[in-house]
Amino acid sequence: MIVRRIQALTSRAQGWRSSSGRHLWAVGVRAWSWIFLVCLVVYFSVLAPGFLTITNFQSVGVASAQNLIVALGETFVVISGGIDLSAGYLMGLSSVVSAVIMRELYPSGISLLILMPLAMGTALLVTVTAGATSGLIISKLKVPAFIATLGMLGICRGIALILTGGPPVGGQPPPLGAIGNGYLFYHGPSGGWSLGSAPVVAQDQLRQVQGFIPNMVSLAAVVVLVCYVVLSRTLFGQHTYAVGGNPEAARRAGIQVDRHIVKIYALSGLLAGIAGQMYVMRFTSGSAVAGEPLLLTAIAAVVIGGASLYGGEGTIWGTVIGALIIAVLETGFVIQGINPFYQYIAVGSVIIIAVLIDQFRGRLVVKEGPAHGS
Amino acid sequence: MGVDALPQATPVLQVDGLVKRFGGLVAVDRVSLEVNAGEVVGLLGDNGAGKSTLIKMISGVYAPDEGTIWFDGQPVPTTSPREARDAGIETIYQDLALAENMNAGDNIFMGREPTHRHLGLFRFVDRKQMALESAHILDRLDIRLPAPQEKIRNLSGGQRQAVAIARAIYWNAKLVIMDEPTAALGVLEQRKVYELVRALKSQGVPVIIISHNLADIFAVADRIIVMRRGRKVGDLQATQTRPEEIVSLMVGADEVEALPPAITN
Repeated sequence: MIVRRIQALTSRAQGWRSSSGRHLWAVGVRAWSWIFLVCLVVYFSVLAPGFLTITNFQSVGVASAQNLIVALGETFVVISGGIDLSAGYLMGLSSVVSAVIMRELYPSGISLLILMPLAMGTALLVTVTAGATSGLIISKLKVPAFIATLGMLGICRGIALILTGGPPVGGQPPPLGAIGNGYLFYHGPSGGWSLGSAPVVAQDQLRQVQGFIPNMVSLAAVVVLVCYVVLSRTLFGQHTYAVGGNPEAARRAGIQVDRHIVKIYALSGLLAGIAGQMYVMRFTSGSAVAGEPLLLTAIAAVVIGGASLYGGEGTIWGTVIGALIIAVLETGFVIQGINPFYQYIAVGSVIIIAVLIDQFRGRLVVKEGPAHGS
Repeated sequence: MGVDALPQATPVLQVDGLVKRFGGLVAVDRVSLEVNAGEVVGLLGDNGAGKSTLIKMISGVYAPDEGTIWFDGQPVPTTSPREARDAGIETIYQDLALAENMNAGDNIFMGREPTHRHLGLFRFVDRKQMALESAHILDRLDIRLPAPQEKIRNLSGGQRQAVAIARAIYWNAKLVIMDEPTAALGVLEQRKVYELVRALKSQGVPVIIISHNLADIFAVADRIIVMRRGRKVGDLQATQTRPEEIVSLMVGADEVEALPPAITN
């Protein structure tokens, strides 16, 4: 009896050891993305003077924030086994809706404390509704996600263009830009620190005011944390992996798969909507094509981050790294003075290499897998 | 032979005159059967004999056109798999219905995850409890996995089957239905599945096994039910029959003579 127990324990211990070794290896192979990011930063720091500065790092953060937020929504969608092509144009529609409301109502003297939540709330409601509609078309009407969101892309783009007539929507309340381009801390020329708003200084000293932690980066960080908790800790996240891993099994296990898919596309719509609001605050204008450059870079960030387009795999931190890699490549090329068109080639190559590495890793795990079996 | 003397003889599952039609086709034709506590029943039949349709009615996937299903003294509502499962009927399909990207605990608790700390909208999954409980149930069934957190993708066929069975047991199944449980397994893993079926039996849980494989059925079944063209054509004690008899029932007695010996296993 005791002998059997010991045998059981040792065999389990051996199982543990070999498998945790394998886990380390698997994590190690995924760690290439972190290492790659560090290498890029070192490379540009050496070759591009001006890259390794706080100002530049902050601008990389700001530049990647909108792409990151859209990519976070896309992460949930991709893990659930779908894809959302409409997210970029949902972002544009979001910016246009709130920009039009603010342009029309601001001159009436309405308080910004009412106007901003009203405009932004309406914009987010629109994008959540559009996302949920995509989700309904996909889950209830069984239209492939690629087609349903491609259709939604066109619809959102059209609505946004009709609302604006084409050109960007200006005439925004000035405080909006102060928020969008502001920082959490400021360091003044006299050596003092101030929280929240820039110190009042003479015109010639303006360049000596240094801001720290851009508001858009703070906002993105909060959204990242919330998404991380939701995906990795909550029932919603657990069911997202289950639906992506085996929708039929999830259905039989009593998960309301259709409803979950609607929620996921609504969430993607919400996050695209938030990205649109970030655009309005940064550029004090709304534009139907605000999210056009993000149409594929958001999906690229998710894929570089290790998510599988077959569903079931992916993490929030992976997507964060993916978005940062893209942002560093783009900024680094600009600072180094390389023709910016080359950045498309670089990002494109990274996408393909990322998937190749993950496939190689998958093959390793599969090869080793049956060794534990019969 | 008073009823009082044998309370355990009350069938756990009692099916009466079940009929299911698909258009003009009668898939299941007035089938009645009983399953008693701790009994392993083999359900045999050729392709299209109506085995799956019968099982899907018992597990709530299809609503029968006629007939009644009594389970554990109650009529089964026969509307949804969820209700059948809540009543204690667990079905393990051939594809096992496991999410390969998740571990054993995730799968055992799928759709019924324990949660804690309701923070507004969010319900947090209690992973600690999931890990503890799943380790416990796997231990009880003497199932060893390479590591508790191992994803299903990295498990062998037998280990996957074991996880699916553990899931059924954990949720206090009062009847387990297994569809072709050994179809894709090697000989050693088949034996492991037989052991698990016997473990279920020893805990008083009846099992219905659907199979093409006569060796499977004779290895574990107490009773064998044979279906042919939607009808029940045989209901025999396993000790009182032989594979030849079962095959002749499966294909129809007249045809059996003409078959080459290889087909009879």
